[in-house]
Amino acid sequence: MFYREAGQFKTSYKADQAMFPIFQDKIFVAIWLFIGFVVVPMLANEYMFRAIFIPVIIMALAAIGLNLLVGYCGQVSLGSGAFMAVGAYAAYNFMIRVPELNPLICFLLGGLSATAVGVIFGIPSLRIKGFYLAVATLALQFFTDWTFSRIDWFTNYTPSGSIAVRPVEMLGVVFDSPMKKYFLCLVFLVIFTIIGTNIVRGRIGRAWMATRDMDVAAEIIGIRPVFAKLSAFAVSSFFIGVAGALWAFVHLGSWEPLAFDINLSFSILFMVIIGGLGSIVGGMLGAAFITLLPLFLNQLPVWLGINISTAMISHLEFMIFGALIIFFLAVEPLGLARIWQITKEKLRLWPFPH
Amino acid sequence: MNDTDRKLGPTILQVEGISLAFGGVKALTNISFEVKEHEILAIIGPNGAGKSSMLNVINGVYHPNAGSITYKGNVRQQMKPHEAASQGIARTFQNIALFKGMSVLDNIMTGRTLKMNAGFLAQCLYIGSARNEEIEHRKKVEEIIDFLQIQSIRKTPVGRLPYGLQKRVELGRALAAEPELLLLDEPMAGMNIEEKEDMSRFILDVNDEFGTTIVLIEHDMGVVMDLSDRIVVLDYGKKIGDGTPTEIRNNKEVIDAYLGVSD
Repeated sequence: MFYREAGQFKTSYKADQAMFPIFQDKIFVAIWLFIGFVVVPMLANEYMFRAIFIPVIIMALAAIGLNLLVGYCGQVSLGSGAFMAVGAYAAYNFMIRVPELNPLICFLLGGLSATAVGVIFGIPSLRIKGFYLAVATLALQFFTDWTFSRIDWFTNYTPSGSIAVRPVEMLGVVFDSPMKKYFLCLVFLVIFTIIGTNIVRGRIGRAWMATRDMDVAAEIIGIRPVFAKLSAFAVSSFFIGVAGALWAFVHLGSWEPLAFDINLSFSILFMVIIGGLGSIVGGMLGAAFITLLPLFLNQLPVWLGINISTAMISHLEFMIFGALIIFFLAVEPLGLARIWQITKEKLRLWPFPH
Repeated sequence: MNDTDRKLGPTILQVEGISLAFGGVKALTNISFEVKEHEILAIIGPNGAGKSSMLNVINGVYHPNAGSITYKGNVRQQMKPHEAASQGIARTFQNIALFKGMSVLDNIMTGRTLKMNAGFLAQCLYIGSARNEEIEHRKKVEEIIDFLQIQSIRKTPVGRLPYGLQKRVELGRALAAEPELLLLDEPMAGMNIEEKEDMSRFILDVNDEFGTTIVLIEHDMGVVMDLSDRIVVLDYGKKIGDGTPTEIRNNKEVIDAYLGVSD
């Protein structure tokens, strides 16, 4: 009833191939943009920006990046934390070694460095698939952990090995307050989401999906597996690398190599799986779910007025979190994006079921 | 249908002395035949005769141990899949090899990959050449969709389609590349009579309207005899017959090996 394409006739292929061909989708996206750019900044306080919105947005960017690789091209990777680390450390090094560079350019260069590493570590994907590839990408994770904690040049010889940065300045604005940081991250997310959506609906995206679904047939059509897989690694690493730079410079402010350890890789992969493989929206939903659920579980006893120790709360948090993930994957293995899709299909008929 | 009322062109594909072995198993032994432009050639033979292997050799999935492939005048020891694709060889598979997660439209669009060349940046931003290209190729794809009469399912994920329609979509994907040589591996396997009739009509129409040369593998003798201009018969990796349907029907060796030993 409220979400249906009936009556919306397309008279050109251009209209049919628009990003959101259905009118209701356009409105929906507009509402979300309005919430993101107007409502949230008006209502949120400093804590909410710092603990909720900024991490969710940056993680959404990383999850979209990983989804391009895992969900669209079918190459499992456990190296997202490593790509984020490369993005962050590369941006840092560009910034201190070439001070005249604008931080924006440094962030993008950080992303490009992650791309280079991604292409190199994507080469094994030409020969190995599935779980074996995941293990191969794990090697990258350990390699970067080691590199950034042992080779002091990358951390500019700081004695503790941790790095602290001043608020970044871009285009004449110093991003020092949480709200400014929030806007910066949001703009990055919007731009990268548009780019990601465009890539996956075009020739490159189809080449990725074809490789994912049936690699022999893809090759016979003329898609080179080398090109498809390595370009997926390249684009995905770029997204994740930029997310890493944002995570370090905007969210953390000061960090050490442990900030990008294997746990981060796992949680990004969970975001992609829970959000929905092969869906851009899924990356965002998954990031929100994985980041917010622990916060929510943590606060729940307080809201309910139950008096239990903080240690107990944090143990319970882990248990419930784990149980929810299992429950969730059993009920809807295709992720939050699939639930969203089902909702839309139901809404076509609701409230008249026939 | 017979070859006298249609004009056959010069030889487009010639395979000579092709042998292929997997370890000790000889899949193909010294196979030679040629395909003329605009022809419909059927390859028949009992199970395990090496028919699919032959197609795989032609478009480069398998590399033969001996022999040569001459396609449009270029002699090759072996093909590479993307090379074959870029020179106008397309194919369908015995077990449907569609991209299950993608819609019918996207599957057929994928078939046009080699004809698209918008730059990476343009694709990221969906501007200029990338957008025009998508629209222009969409038109071509819609022509194929019309041709195969699958308009109503163009946005359906192929995984949800019934078998017969999937076969049709796969033919569409192969056609999208505008091939000169189309290899069909059992296009009618598992179909009922009506579906077979539809598919036969599409194959004849493709051959007629687009002038596409077709090499097909099929087990249904009625279909083979009606559709093809010429038939190559394989048995245990060897060629035992090559000729028009009438000749094959009367070939003693073929009858013995394939259609049953005659008394």
